[in-house]
Amino acid sequence: MKYVNAHIRKKDAMSLVTGKPVYTGDIVPQNALVVKLLRSPHARAEITDINTAAAMKVPGVECILTYKDVPNSRFTTAGQTYPEPSPYDRLILDKLLRCAGDPVAIVAAENEKAADKALKLIKVKYNILEPLMDFTKAIDNPIIVHPEDNFKALCNTRTDKDRNICSSDVFEVGNVEEALKNCDVVLERTYNTKANSQAMMETFRTFTYIDEYGRLNVVSSTQVPFHVRRILSDALEIPKSKIRVVKPRIGGGFGAKQSVVSEQFPAIVTMKTGRAAYIVYTRGESMTNGSPRHQMQMKVRIGADRDGRIKAMDLYALSNAGAYGDHGPTTIGLVGHKSLSLYGNLEAARFACDVVYTNTMGGGAYRGYGATQGIYAIETAVNEIAAELNIDPCKIREMNMVKEGQTMETYYGEPCNSCTLDKCMAKAKEMIDWDSKYPAKKLDNGHIRSVGVAMAMQGSGISGVDIANAEIRLNDDGFYTLLIGCTDMGTGCDTILSQMAADCLDCDIDKIAVRGVDTDQSPYDTGSYASSTTYVTGMAVVKTCQELREKILETGCKLLGIDKEKGDFDGEKVFDLETGKSVSLSEIGYASFEGHNKSLSASCSHSSPISPPPFMVGIAEIDLDPETGYVQVVDYAAAVDCGTVVNRNLARVQTEGGIVQGIGMALYEDIQYNEQGRMINNSFLQYKIPARTDLGTIKVEFESSYEPTGPFGAKSIGELVINTPSPAITDAIYNATGLFFRSLPIKAEQIALALAEKKDK
Amino acid sequence: MIITVKINGKTYKDEVAPDTVLLDYLRSHGCYSVKRGCETSNCGLCTVHMDSKPVLSCSVLAVRADGQEITTLEGLQKEAEEFGAFLADEGGEQCGFCSPGFIMNVLAMVKELKNPTDEEIKKYLEGNLCRCTGYQSQMRAVKKYLDFKQKEEQK
Repeated sequence: MKYVNAHIRKKDAMSLVTGKPVYTGDIVPQNALVVKLLRSPHARAEITDINTAAAMKVPGVECILTYKDVPNSRFTTAGQTYPEPSPYDRLILDKLLRCAGDPVAIVAAENEKAADKALKLIKVKYNILEPLMDFTKAIDNPIIVHPEDNFKALCNTRTDKDRNICSSDVFEVGNVEEALKNCDVVLERTYNTKANSQAMMETFRTFTYIDEYGRLNVVSSTQVPFHVRRILSDALEIPKSKIRVVKPRIGGGFGAKQSVVSEQFPAIVTMKTGRAAYIVYTRGESMTNGSPRHQMQMKVRIGADRDGRIKAMDLYALSNAGAYGDHGPTTIGLVGHKSLSLYGNLEAARFACDVVYTNTMGGGAYRGYGATQGIYAIETAVNEIAAELNIDPCKIREMNMVKEGQTMETYYGEPCNSCTLDKCMAKAKEMIDWDSKYPAKKLDNGHIRSVGVAMAMQGSGISGVDIANAEIRLNDDGFYTLLIGCTDMGTGCDTILSQMAADCLDCDIDKIAVRGVDTDQSPYDTGSYASSTTYVTGMAVVKTCQELREKILETGCKLLGIDKEKGDFDGEKVFDLETGKSVSLSEIGYASFEGHNKSLSASCSHSSPISPPPFMVGIAEIDLDPETGYVQVVDYAAAVDCGTVVNRNLARVQTEGGIVQGIGMALYEDIQYNEQGRMINNSFLQYKIPARTDLGTIKVEFESSYEPTGPFGAKSIGELVINTPSPAITDAIYNATGLFFRSLPIKAEQIALALAEKKDK
Repeated sequence: MIITVKINGKTYKDEVAPDTVLLDYLRSHGCYSVKRGCETSNCGLCTVHMDSKPVLSCSVLAVRADGQEITTLEGLQKEAEEFGAFLADEGGEQCGFCSPGFIMNVLAMVKELKNPTDEEIKKYLEGNLCRCTGYQSQMRAVKKYLDFKQKEEQK
């Protein structure tokens, strides 16, 4: 292996660092109409009258669309494999507005000024209705978020819209009530997490135009180009054959762009006017009407023996879908499956959940996808029971963690083929020097230094659902074209998959030409989400290379005039095993372009019946000022088992980046609504994401297992790494203060107030 | 009003509206490296140099650039490649959307601070947000680049 497991620079790196115009917004056609949305100021309201006459008179306004102008079939904007588990509960524009910021009208104009002026001149009469903002009161509330008749759930997700239930589920392994009865200690705790904004630096944006073949072209910052094609076809009621979707470079996604957030608006403008159209979301719009993490409330019952053996866990999660059910029924499953499964010796476990509609903004996919919330709850509960039993939280995990070779009953009964969680624990402890630092130390300046721990897992693709295809062509002169349909969003999959191809084909990585996605030209791929790219698409690449090698050998041997069995291919030439006579790959390439009835290319599909979890241990060391409650994460140790590390730089940066996003979730990021249901902190000024001055060091080490079903033994890494900071920091704050905070984010003022209260007692 | 601005060494004379911000003015002149990540002067993506000093081009009116010299990453390609190579070798560009603004500020910092400490580096670059990297790889790249520049100077 030359490239796999090495430090390889991304293929597109130099164009990114020199600022080349490679993003959606940099390549918009000159004459594109500027598309803007009039958004609802109310969280729940019905449009009783809408008058666009004055706005249409603004010079430069090309069209204004209202709910009267859009198709009436409901769709979901969730980028998922058909039939989507997310209910069909949306229209492009609706008469009933279900959250603040819901689109009321689409304005398209020659320039921004005209569009802005027109937005102000649209006259709307609203019948303002009381919104349902508290998701814990959603079920059977007299306010029904989706009263419409043409609401449709394609999958059996136990949807009951008249009760505001987007989906619900339950599973049980063993008998939880019995097992809890037999425990020495049982704790019952409730944990709350907020919605979080992905806050990728490039906000949502799309441009559309009609090409020379009369087809709708959609150039968009998306993680799911093929799903965008299908969803737009449903939303616009036009055939899929009439749509082409192109993904240029993306300025970050983190799951946000696994939903169709901005595509439908310029698309309908282009369909109505025949003109190119471009929409770019402001940061404010991206935050008020994006696709954030689902807010959740989780109730945990955990039971253990006095010696620390954890015997039973019972988890109930209530998830706030918000106004629309995008990713609602699917994120929730991970809350249970990817938290309970960290523990291998449970006698019984149960997970039950409800996902409910309210009048907050609709949720979506965000890195971790429910696992983040579930792991926060379960890992904190484990830390609480360790504290109750006076056992070191690392030790209780060493006693109870899942081990390689076990069957993971709560993880769809899948086998644990590859797992070095035990080594990750030992490594992380060593990295942070746990034994000398646990639990806390008071510094001379009055601050407290403390440590806290958590484990995490994720999946690698959606088993039995995700499909990846790869195609590789041999060209004249012996270079290859690698065609893939998964979407590099800065994560580096174009490079990672090229590394795999270069090793499989024994060639220089520069001989592999790779491209962004074009649904007309790239082979089908479900897209880059669910931590699927390295594991699923990677395997498709490996299989494709094997097939292509055979074809190269066959052609080479034919050119040499020998039987295939008598020759071999070493990446540069096909040679006669007996005589050493050879024909170069370049010659084979040229020959395949001349007078042959088959050019040399291979294409394979891959789908995995299992989704092997990557694992990790994260330990936070914090500095807490008891006077102000201010917490700084001064050091973070991450020991990760993602199977074989394909690209050491990129895996490390994924880990560092995920941890910092997780720190933001734990300590700062706090979406808040006012009484009218409007978000009050929809900017970077008010919604704080971590800046570099907030952070100490982050140490990353890999403890690689070998996943037999993965390409080169690899599993996923992208989502896993966001899951440990919330529970680890919660634990560290407990070790500093003696207090468990059970709602995120844990802000300085909460800590200061709680400490003051504790003092008073 | 009419303004005369030198962008990356070339002089432009343009009629601009009083409310045009420098960011949009520069992009309309093909400086696509200049990105917008927020509306509140928080993200640093739009950083350019105005008379060699880093400014947020989203918060500077185009008319204020009248008679000034503006440099964007398009005008510093050699420097961008030089520092960018260190960033790329750490995998620290990731999605790359914040890279131009970040690099513009790094290049300004290198001129302004001599032998900065880690804390000084963090403080100088504080206004450049990045959601992908967690900043660690950017710090590694900056420090390696500073070492490289120092060695180059000693030669």
